[in-house]
Amino acid sequence: MFISFFYYLRARGLPVSTTEFLTLLDALQAGLARESLGHFYRVGRSILVKRPEHYDIWDQAFAEYFKDAEVDPALLESFEDAFFGGLHDELLKWLQDPKHAPQLSPEELARLKNLGLDALREEFEKRLREQDARHDGGSHWIGTGGTSPFGHGGAPSPGVRVGGAGGNRSALQVASERRFQNLRKDLTLDVRDIGMALRRLRQLTRDGAQPILDLDQTIDKTAQNAGDIELVFRPPRENNVKLLLLCDVGGSMDPYSRLTSRLFSAAHQASHFKSFKSYYFHNCFYETLYNDMERRDGESTEQVFRNLDASWRCIVVGDAAMAPSELTQRGGSVDYWHFNERPGLEYLKLLRETIPRTVWLNPDQPQWWGSWTTQAIGELFAMHPFTMQGLEDAVDALRRRA
Amino acid sequence: MNMSQMPSSFEQFHPTASYITSPELRDVVNVAVALKKPLLVRGEPGTGKTQLAHTVAEALGAELFHWHIKSTTKAQEGLYVYDTVQRLNDSRFGGADVGDIAQYIKLGAVGKSFTSPARSVLLIDEIDKADMEFPNDLLHELDRMSFEVAETQELIQARHRPVVIITSNAEKELPDAFLRRCIFHYIDFPAPEMMAQIVAVHHPDIDKQLARMCMQRFYALRNNPAVRKKPSTSELVDWIGALVAAGISAQTLSREIPFLGVLLKREEDLGQY
Repeated sequence: MFISFFYYLRARGLPVSTTEFLTLLDALQAGLARESLGHFYRVGRSILVKRPEHYDIWDQAFAEYFKDAEVDPALLESFEDAFFGGLHDELLKWLQDPKHAPQLSPEELARLKNLGLDALREEFEKRLREQDARHDGGSHWIGTGGTSPFGHGGAPSPGVRVGGAGGNRSALQVASERRFQNLRKDLTLDVRDIGMALRRLRQLTRDGAQPILDLDQTIDKTAQNAGDIELVFRPPRENNVKLLLLCDVGGSMDPYSRLTSRLFSAAHQASHFKSFKSYYFHNCFYETLYNDMERRDGESTEQVFRNLDASWRCIVVGDAAMAPSELTQRGGSVDYWHFNERPGLEYLKLLRETIPRTVWLNPDQPQWWGSWTTQAIGELFAMHPFTMQGLEDAVDALRRRA
Repeated sequence: MNMSQMPSSFEQFHPTASYITSPELRDVVNVAVALKKPLLVRGEPGTGKTQLAHTVAEALGAELFHWHIKSTTKAQEGLYVYDTVQRLNDSRFGGADVGDIAQYIKLGAVGKSFTSPARSVLLIDEIDKADMEFPNDLLHELDRMSFEVAETQELIQARHRPVVIITSNAEKELPDAFLRRCIFHYIDFPAPEMMAQIVAVHHPDIDKQLARMCMQRFYALRNNPAVRKKPSTSELVDWIGALVAAGISAQTLSREIPFLGVLLKREEDLGQY
């Protein structure tokens, strides 16, 4: 009976698995959530939603799915009473007051922007008139939950106020409050996924001074000595991988800034690299590599490369889409006040010579890789899409011995 | 909510006098107990995640096994540890019967909760501190509620399925396979009304005006975006304790904030006041 709810949640982007859904059905069968919709809201959330980031999706989906399930006729009447008793003006005032706007979700905001304030007002007034004429149809007004352009912020907010006087808050009101909105992240690849992929990038070698006790060897030796204890020590194993991370920021990379910052935080958290360096650039790098995303604080590229050698590995993140002149011409840099003495392609070749094991992660989808510069860079470096599979392939390519 | 309509197996957990819970949290604990699934609790530090396990144990009248996870903790240690060094030592210097391996098997918190003669509460505290693979290593044991001691080939099976409570500060993301098996709750930061109840539980004799003033000051600090590390519930309780002990009045508090170091822990934050 709830199967459609399950698919509705999945369609809204909540990663609910079949086992979790069966658990919910178990809970219902055991009578754990039969009291009220509010009870069901809490129990369902604890079983189906495992990350606070997803609480907001749950709230929205819940409010939408059950929007018509719980409309109290008494509430409707009081709504109408209040409606004609001056709330109308308050609603119009709300529309003029932009400081409430951040309560809306990005999608709703985008739609609001498309409509424009005048059109919105017009539409709003039109619906008010409809509402006036058709009393029984009003049930849709309270729990609209995102289907009208007024979304949560518009119609339901007086609805909540009116209902609030009645006593207990319903699950829908709690759900449409969307308290967990700030915790939301639109996850594609999360830090953990990237961290797990980077973990595979290790090359264990034995060196270092601090010896550790080799228990197995100690027991073997002691047994061979007929019980006379002989301690065996061995040097600890250590990851020898040195990683350089170069990242294109700004311009066409802006839509991917979250994704790249996730790669950065995963790489910084991964404490298992012997050395780790990261720099930023815009489109292509020239004489300077930058330490910050604003590209103010820089280091000389040649200086940086002088300290690197073929034992390093390098991941470049960039969409590789730019004007051909940025790669091929002196002074072709995208920053017009900056004149590069050597064309960008030479610096890319320098990188390839310095660190042969370099991979390029491209956040654009592979079907968009047709541009001339993308092709040219693809000839220099192995290019992988910035997806889970692409990242794993890239790490595999980096693991090979120099 | 009409309690008499509840199935008898539900509502096993009632909050105690010293620990205030939201109705949401009560429901979630009861669901976890009834469905026999581990309960994963997340929330800001100081929202009482660990305290919850103590309260549940108290409410159920069960023994609590506390397994505090550190960055070096291995999943195996929670099950049992085979004390080879002790055995080696005994073989060298004599002592117990070295042939009897069972006596060198020391059960960890999970093992103890499995072998406990009555239903117990197992708290796996701060699971996110451990290695990324740690939760996966425990999946089977928590699912089947049994494990085998490899050295003696003894199967340890839970006599009474313990109530498992796991806390996390979300320093690391937990694997999906692990999350799927848990009941999850995120402890939201308490709203002022609930905070007033919490304060009243810990400081029942506090002057009303002082309590109000404290709450005002506290939420002002928390809502100040310039404060990097937000003070938590437990810090508020400690701070009020300090104020009461020092006999500070609401009038003094309206002029200045004494013992600011109890609330703010970062140098940059303290520098602003």
